[in-house]
Amino acid sequence: MAPTTQGKHQRLLTLSPRRPSRIELVAPVAAAPVLKLEGTLVFADAAPLWTRLQKRVETVPPGETLNFDMSSVESVDGGTMALLVHLRNDLKLRGVPSDFVGARGKVEEIVRLYHGHEAPLRRQRRKPKSGFDQIGEATVGFLGAVKEILGFFGDMILALVGLLREPRTANWKEIPHIMERTGADAVPIVILINFLVGFVMAFQGAGQLRQFGANIFVADLVGVSVTRELGPLMTAIIVCGRSGAAFAAELGTMKVSEEIDALRTMGFGPMRYLVLPRALAVMVVLPMLTLLADLVGMTGGLVVGVISLDLTIGSYLNETLKAVTLWGVFSGVVKSVVFALAISLISCQQGFATSGGAEGVGRRTTSSVVSILFALILIDAAFTVVFYFFHL
Amino acid sequence: MNEPLIEVTDLTIGYADAVLQQDASFTVYRGDIFAILGGSGCGKSTLLRHLVGLERPFAGHVNVVGVGAPNLDVGRPPYGVMFQSGALFGSMTVGENVALSLEEWTDLPHDAVEAVVWGKLRLVGLEGASGKFPAELSGGMKKRAAIARALALEPELIFLDEPSAGLDPVSAVELDDLILTMNKGLGLTVVVVTHELESIFRIANRCIMLDKESKSIIATGDPRTLRDTSDDPRVHGFFNRLAKEA
Repeated sequence: MAPTTQGKHQRLLTLSPRRPSRIELVAPVAAAPVLKLEGTLVFADAAPLWTRLQKRVETVPPGETLNFDMSSVESVDGGTMALLVHLRNDLKLRGVPSDFVGARGKVEEIVRLYHGHEAPLRRQRRKPKSGFDQIGEATVGFLGAVKEILGFFGDMILALVGLLREPRTANWKEIPHIMERTGADAVPIVILINFLVGFVMAFQGAGQLRQFGANIFVADLVGVSVTRELGPLMTAIIVCGRSGAAFAAELGTMKVSEEIDALRTMGFGPMRYLVLPRALAVMVVLPMLTLLADLVGMTGGLVVGVISLDLTIGSYLNETLKAVTLWGVFSGVVKSVVFALAISLISCQQGFATSGGAEGVGRRTTSSVVSILFALILIDAAFTVVFYFFHL
Repeated sequence: MNEPLIEVTDLTIGYADAVLQQDASFTVYRGDIFAILGGSGCGKSTLLRHLVGLERPFAGHVNVVGVGAPNLDVGRPPYGVMFQSGALFGSMTVGENVALSLEEWTDLPHDAVEAVVWGKLRLVGLEGASGKFPAELSGGMKKRAAIARALALEPELIFLDEPSAGLDPVSAVELDDLILTMNKGLGLTVVVVTHELESIFRIANRCIMLDKESKSIIATGDPRTLRDTSDDPRVHGFFNRLAKEA
């Protein structure tokens, strides 16, 4: 017969009426008290049964025996048995000797199945970690991650040396495809974001410079900041979000589905076959995207200068040419090559380190984007300090 | 017959600090269908990964006769491997998956590669699936495609990790037939990790059984003989499906 529902509570209708369960604490004069269970114990009644049982046993002092008399139990299901075994184990661990007695046939079988005849195992409670432990673990984890990335970088260099010795072994045909995905496909978003960066910066700068009658210097502000800092950085961030995440997810999925192992067993070094094409492609396209970003960033500034500051196109361009040096543009391109290396290195390393199925792929993809962003800012800061001290 | 092909000596394997098997020694002979058996977590697949050279052992060594210790970093691999999931490259068609090794390791012209690919796919009954992507294949078809890929370079030895896992009984029997065909028809030596009893008795002529508790090999020999004569309760339990984890 199909189960039916009655109001909020679901009830199972059975073909034959079952004997209701009953619990009784029996305390014979000359013997230890016994918890006598009767009837059919089913999981549908587990909640009230649990409450009643807890009440019956909570007052039993340590040292006093309390056995579970199962002789009158007609049947018991697995869920209920698990609860009974849990209760008996708790009693034993509290110092109350307790066993299942009188079980026969199927009931005895299920007692054994749920280890009701064995001594209880003390459950290990996890101690909360102290703040120091957590800081220590995080530090060790961070240093471990840095070590892994450096090790991966070493492997990458070795693969590159091998590739230079035997160029035939490279996966050259993959490079144009990756360049297209990483570079050409990113052009619209690079243009949009860098145009708006130049545009917004010009507006913000104009408000201040207008007070001093120095409107024309908006071109200097936009030109220098875009070519030296914002162009390379914003473009790298875009490529990190698009391609870094994609590399980590692709390689992570290949790792968990054993495709990387399969490649190795077929004689393809994953470093040469998968990592180097990605690294080379990004290192070629990111500088090109950066130059494009410089151009559109300055165009954003030009639009504001012409529309809002009454500058002519000629005067804005003249001022830009005076402010932006060849080295300024070149330094941004140099940065972008290092950014490209960081993006490909970290994303591929994270992809290769993936384990644990779909969840692992997601975790590593997130981790790769966060690590790359952190690395980009760090590298940018390092470049700024070096350029400053060397007056570059 | 009885010419050694893989000699494993005192091999200790595991992951990180966890040892899964200690001092394992056994020999796979040319022409064997050699099954690696045992319950879950005993290290069957890990042992396979060590045999093919994907992992390095804590101690001991594997010697593939004529090749030495398996090393995947030196040129054309001398054997084929089929992974549990098939591990077909999802961005390539089935034909491209099979052709990959041929293009890399042979000087065959394109039309010859196509012909070999077709022949391999025909062998595994997938000649019509060459242009399909792995996502379009059923579980059994993926495994057969993976076997075709593993056979691409005509290896003498092939490793199969849980070939029947996750397959319906009909596909599993078809795959067993294919393994027998490869062994009898092509003279291929097959090392197979499995715990499918029907498959073991049907295809394997020799086996080892790994034990999780003792971290050792507890039986070696013909699986049918072991089933009928072994006094070891673990072996008896495995073959009679009494062991808890089998």
